Amino acid sequence: MRFWIVCLAVILAGFGLVMSGANEYLFFAGFVVLQAIVLATAWNILGGYAGYVNFGVPAFVGAGAYSALVVHLSLDAPLIVQIAAAALVSGILGFAVGVISVRLRGIFFSIATVALVFILETVVINWRYVGGATGLQLTRPTDVWPFESYTRMLFWVMVIMAVASIAIARYIQDSHIGRGLRALRDSEEAAECTGVPTLRLKLIACTVSGALLGAAGAPMPMYLSYIEPYSSFNLVYAVSALAMPIIGGMSHWVGPLIGAVILASIQQIVTVTISSELNVLVVGVLLVFFVIAAPDGIVGLYRKWKASSK
Amino acid sequence: MESILEVSKVSKHFGGFTALSGVDLEVKTGERLGLIGPNGSGKTTLINCISGSLFNDEGAIRFKGQPIGKLPAHKRTRLGIARSFQIPRPFSSMSMLENLLVPLSYVSGITGAEAEEKAYEILEGMGLKQKALVPTNQLSQVELRKMELARAMAAHPSLLISDEAMAGLSGAEVDEVLQILFDVNSRGITIIMIEHIMQAVMSFSQRVVCLDAGQIICQGTPKEVVANPHVQRAYLGD
Repeated sequence: MRFWIVCLAVILAGFGLVMSGANEYLFFAGFVVLQAIVLATAWNILGGYAGYVNFGVPAFVGAGAYSALVVHLSLDAPLIVQIAAAALVSGILGFAVGVISVRLRGIFFSIATVALVFILETVVINWRYVGGATGLQLTRPTDVWPFESYTRMLFWVMVIMAVASIAIARYIQDSHIGRGLRALRDSEEAAECTGVPTLRLKLIACTVSGALLGAAGAPMPMYLSYIEPYSSFNLVYAVSALAMPIIGGMSHWVGPLIGAVILASIQQIVTVTISSELNVLVVGVLLVFFVIAAPDGIVGLYRKWKASSK
Repeated sequence: MESILEVSKVSKHFGGFTALSGVDLEVKTGERLGLIGPNGSGKTTLINCISGSLFNDEGAIRFKGQPIGKLPAHKRTRLGIARSFQIPRPFSSMSMLENLLVPLSYVSGITGAEAEEKAYEILEGMGLKQKALVPTNQLSQVELRKMELARAMAAHPSLLISDEAMAGLSGAEVDEVLQILFDVNSRGITIIMIEHIMQAVMSFSQRVVCLDAGQIICQGTPKEVVANPHVQRAYLGD
């Protein structure tokens, strides 16, 4: 109950902030942090709970962004429909990746997901309708009542998506699906032999994770008023989506949230104050530090501290 | 007595290697069956085919009269086949109690306080109650072995397959595990025991089956099997 009150409070606070006179840049930068929360949380459903490391995050984000673009171009669909289309397409993509997991495990699964990025990127580069390699310039709808600007609206939409993705991750973690996923992460064979339908659970995790990753990518064309394949399928998405749960802790839904807020905020600050190139270095340095010093992330550090202070 | 498991003409190949060839085996309800054979004779492959970790290439496997050869492992578990592993495979991120909650939830559909109560009950029966909340990566070898049996029992089986549950244990520990298996059997649960510790197999089994190079070379009472010249040759050479 407390969780849901906090969720509602966050959504309302987001709305209040958007309607206030705060600087537009806050929403432009805040959007990136919120998107990071969705990406990290979605990635963790498969990578953290089930132990299947998906390096193909850009494929899902890109598929989401381009699905949104296609319904925008062909149907002039509103944002909500764009997001739904993105989630649907990426969910199907996730399901396909789940099918791959029947035969490929560990590093081989991860490599297959990387391949997906290059396949989709190549498809888009050669697809004239969505702008091909040069991309497309887009015009945002001007009427976004009650919001003052499109960026403000996108910020609030992303607040809702972040809250929704966390609620979904939390539900999965606490349900019997979560226990089954943990079991199959520890030993897939033992999980099967204790009645866990491992394939079905992996398909659920892949589909949900994929749909959320795609939904997070859906607002990208409108956010930048521009879309092109190289940044849409940028592998930096893969590194960030993986680094954030590792830094925060992969065993609990709060881990990716903490990791995303810390990492994405530092990145935004570094981008503005030092250099836009250096922000990638931050990811690398923090990742190395946490992998060595705190392999269970901040959640792990907290648990250790709690256990020792008992 | 009615048979619970029928394995007929089961073969399994790994590339050019034949791990099992035309194995026929019938297990009666409530029986204590010992499965022996030298290393690499196909014991684990056979029980992997029965439990569903592997699929047999040829032949048929029937459990309680129902063909199960094509079913995935989790469905066979739900039908009543549970097993332990030769090398223990605990869910290492969980406590012993949580390990048992997995089959309780996925096989019997029991969750929450009821499941915990049931899990404690099973652990108590195996003398593990004190360790219920200990993470499995801190358990000793004998505790891990017992935990695997407890987890298998939490799946509410009618056939329990114990794959070398006593390997690496001391004499006293072997007796403890044997006692657990006798207790399980006394509740009407059929047991197939794979074991290298001859003393344990011989005292436990009502019938012993000996595999060599993927074929059953002999079966009978423990005494008959030990006296069989084929078995002696398989173990000791000519």
